[in-house]
Amino acid sequence: MSDFHHRQSAHCESGVVANMLTHHGLPMSEPMAFGLSASLTFAYMPIIKLAGMPLIAYRMLPGNIIKGVEKRVGMRWERTRFSDPAEAERALDAALDAGRAVGLQTCVYWLPYFPEQMRFHFNAHNLVVYGREGDDYLVSDPLFETTVRCDRASMQRARFAKGDMEPKGLMYYPTGTPGEVDYATEIPKAIRWNAKTMQAPVPIAGVKGIRFLGRNIVKLSRDANRDTYLPLYLGHIVRMQEEIGTGGAGFRFIYASFLQEASRLLGQPALADAAKDLTAAGDEWRRFALRASKMCRGRAQMDVHELDAILNGIADRELAVWKSLRHV
Amino acid sequence: MKTDEVPQDPSLTHAGQRKLFYAVDEQGDYTEVQSLGWDVESYATLAAVEVLNQQRDDAWERAKAGLTAPLEYHMYRRRMDRASFASATGFWRWRTSRHFKPAVFARLPDTILNRYAEVLGMSVEGLRSLPAAPDA
Repeated sequence: MSDFHHRQSAHCESGVVANMLTHHGLPMSEPMAFGLSASLTFAYMPIIKLAGMPLIAYRMLPGNIIKGVEKRVGMRWERTRFSDPAEAERALDAALDAGRAVGLQTCVYWLPYFPEQMRFHFNAHNLVVYGREGDDYLVSDPLFETTVRCDRASMQRARFAKGDMEPKGLMYYPTGTPGEVDYATEIPKAIRWNAKTMQAPVPIAGVKGIRFLGRNIVKLSRDANRDTYLPLYLGHIVRMQEEIGTGGAGFRFIYASFLQEASRLLGQPALADAAKDLTAAGDEWRRFALRASKMCRGRAQMDVHELDAILNGIADRELAVWKSLRHV
Repeated sequence: MKTDEVPQDPSLTHAGQRKLFYAVDEQGDYTEVQSLGWDVESYATLAAVEVLNQQRDDAWERAKAGLTAPLEYHMYRRRMDRASFASATGFWRWRTSRHFKPAVFARLPDTILNRYAEVLGMSVEGLRSLPAAPDA
């Protein structure tokens, strides 16, 4: 069994990546993994439905942090997917017996250590298995305070859950880590790339996507079945923002923390200023969640124009941040 | 968010687990803070669970009355809806919907039943039966 150092994180994938690189001799914080992979975004995807509601994403697609860090750090992951569950189980056991800690993609619903109320079908949850004992796997799930255990049958279900973004037994571990990373070159590259994607010229993504969401809320308030649908819709937005993964505000704070760390590392005070401004945007995201939830609980007057104004305010703040970061 | 603004609302949905947040301390430095939960988040989670439980209970009632096959109840019990169920089984949605008809369900071959049993993580026998209560 490997002596894996468990460290709690705000987000599963950045946590797994940071913890595994640290384990392999390249100490890295969670925000650094998130920032280096340029994973902050906003995207409103009406075509992709979750329980009949549009997908709203606050970070890039699952897998982006693993791949992004690989590129920036100059290391390589051994990544394997399986068509045969039995073979996937054998491969995991063999890696563990060889003393490896292994990253896995899993479905939250089948993980028995999750609180009952949090068990939804989400197929892109990342965790580390660092050993096995009897019929249990020893798990370092970055969302939890301490390490946990998961029985073999449940882990198999979680690794081979079907549906959107299915894990297909994905397991991964670094084949090695470079002794040194050229942060002075790689961090600015990552920031510029993220600044570019946040200002992408498409209506549903980046800063424009945030305004698009606001317009859509106003549009729905003119709909015939607004009294039933609008509260559900707002509830869904809040849920996408605060509960699934880390949430809209949470990702802003992770990225701001990354900017602060980068500012110190590179001696660039401008990055610390951007961190402050992005924190302010994150606070506005939280205010949006609070106001929207009050409105759909009937504790405040439904006011779609107020919500639209908050979202436009957030878009203005984020746009200013990304403009200042375009040429770091 | 300042460290003292990190919400600490004891939350049922967290079952005692604390989540990690990044927040700014008095010196303006980012630091890690654990949170017991936030009412806004708990509300959104519980509302979603409530919808799922309602669907499950409805399906149980209809299955009990013989209006639908137990399959539909088991789908909702596993917190899936028609879209995610179709995507997980690999069947077209109209086909799974058709399989919810008790008469059609009764004639389903084992190959199809096995597929459903696998996706729902239960036995074929379990698939055919209805528990005494919807949340059993």
